[in-house]
Amino acid sequence: MAKIIVVTSGKGGVGKTTTSASFATGLAQRGHKTAVIDFDVGLRNLDLIMGVERRVVFDFVNVINGEASLKQALIKDKHVDTLYILAASQTRDKDALTQEGVERVLNELAQDFEYIVCDSPAGIEKGAFMAMYFADEALVVTNPEVSSVRDSDRVLGILSSKARIAEKGLGKVKEHLVLTRYSPARVAKGEMLSVEDVKEILAIPLLGVVPESPAVLTCSNSGVPVIRDDNSDAGLAYRDLVDRFLGEERPHRFLTEPKKSLLSKLFGGG
Amino acid sequence: MDWLKFFRAEKKANSAKTAKDRLMLAVAYQRSGLANGPAYLPKLREELLGVVRKYIQVPDDAVQFSVQREAGLEVLELNITLPDQP
Ligand SMILES: Nc1ncnc2c1ncn2[C@@H]1O[C@H](COP(=O)(O)OP(=O)(O)O)[C@@H](O)[C@H]1O
Ligand SMILES: [Mg+2]
Repeated sequence: MAKIIVVTSGKGGVGKTTTSASFATGLAQRGHKTAVIDFDVGLRNLDLIMGVERRVVFDFVNVINGEASLKQALIKDKHVDTLYILAASQTRDKDALTQEGVERVLNELAQDFEYIVCDSPAGIEKGAFMAMYFADEALVVTNPEVSSVRDSDRVLGILSSKARIAEKGLGKVKEHLVLTRYSPARVAKGEMLSVEDVKEILAIPLLGVVPESPAVLTCSNSGVPVIRDDNSDAGLAYRDLVDRFLGEERPHRFLTEPKKSLLSKLFGGG
Repeated sequence: MDWLKFFRAEKKANSAKTAKDRLMLAVAYQRSGLANGPAYLPKLREELLGVVRKYIQVPDDAVQFSVQREAGLEVLELNITLPDQP
């Protein structure tokens, strides 16, 4: 049975696509056959973050409309051989993602994938709804910042009442909190909500904390999911997160400020 | 290293604490169903509270709503908490 996982948040720019790319890559690196789908119709991005933008021939909407087969549209990753990407369409037609169409594609994927990761667009409109509707589990990506936390809470409310398994009375979407762009230094100064604060407000289990990291930008510059950068804090945080998702115990790292040298204190600022 | 602090103006209001307090309220409001339910809900709640208060003294939060979706229907659940000794 394939597991469908939506990466969602409500708010834009919090790290959903970054998380989808690294999470899917991590699952695949662990040997699980994984597909990652960009639901952000009109604003595709996942292809760039995965470094496959020049190989997109057909997209999600082409498959839904029967203009291409799933096999033609799935892009096989060049670095991890159990990983496949389905790009979003650049069409501006908001109704391109029909519920029947999405369901058909997910069912077909479920025949030979273990994990299907759905990268949700921002908002709570149709695209975001389609990404979460069929989910078994959800990574709720949140930044330690008021509007992001409130939007996450809103999304949790929608997941618990409107997702397919909830609506049909078949159970509940399993929720995981992913706190990203975390700055331990700013938390220490009382300038930023702490992990504990966010956990208390949202009241869902914490899957991982990803620190604010320059590596995220440099990796995205070259189309490499940050999890493939083993030298970066963000990459390691995503690796731990994937391991935890797969049921392993991993202590949370990067929750406190790294010790700074005197020089960086003097010249690097606070 | 205290002389370093000397040069960096240190004004430390704990804004994270303020953020948390505000969020707790905002989220409670959202979960009460008032934020995303039908537009008439706040007014309905006010009026119901007024009616209840004709008979008994109750606090502001005595009337609680939640809006749920069940089998394709919006279900409005209304809870009125009465004090132990009316
Ligand atoms: N942990 C992080 N550290 C630094 N920058 C990050 C981090 N996570 C995401 N970003 C940056 O934030 C921006 C938005 O990320 P993205 O994944 O596209 O968000 P979303 O898909 O939620 O809109 C991007 O510029 C990305 O590089
Ligand atoms: Mg995105």
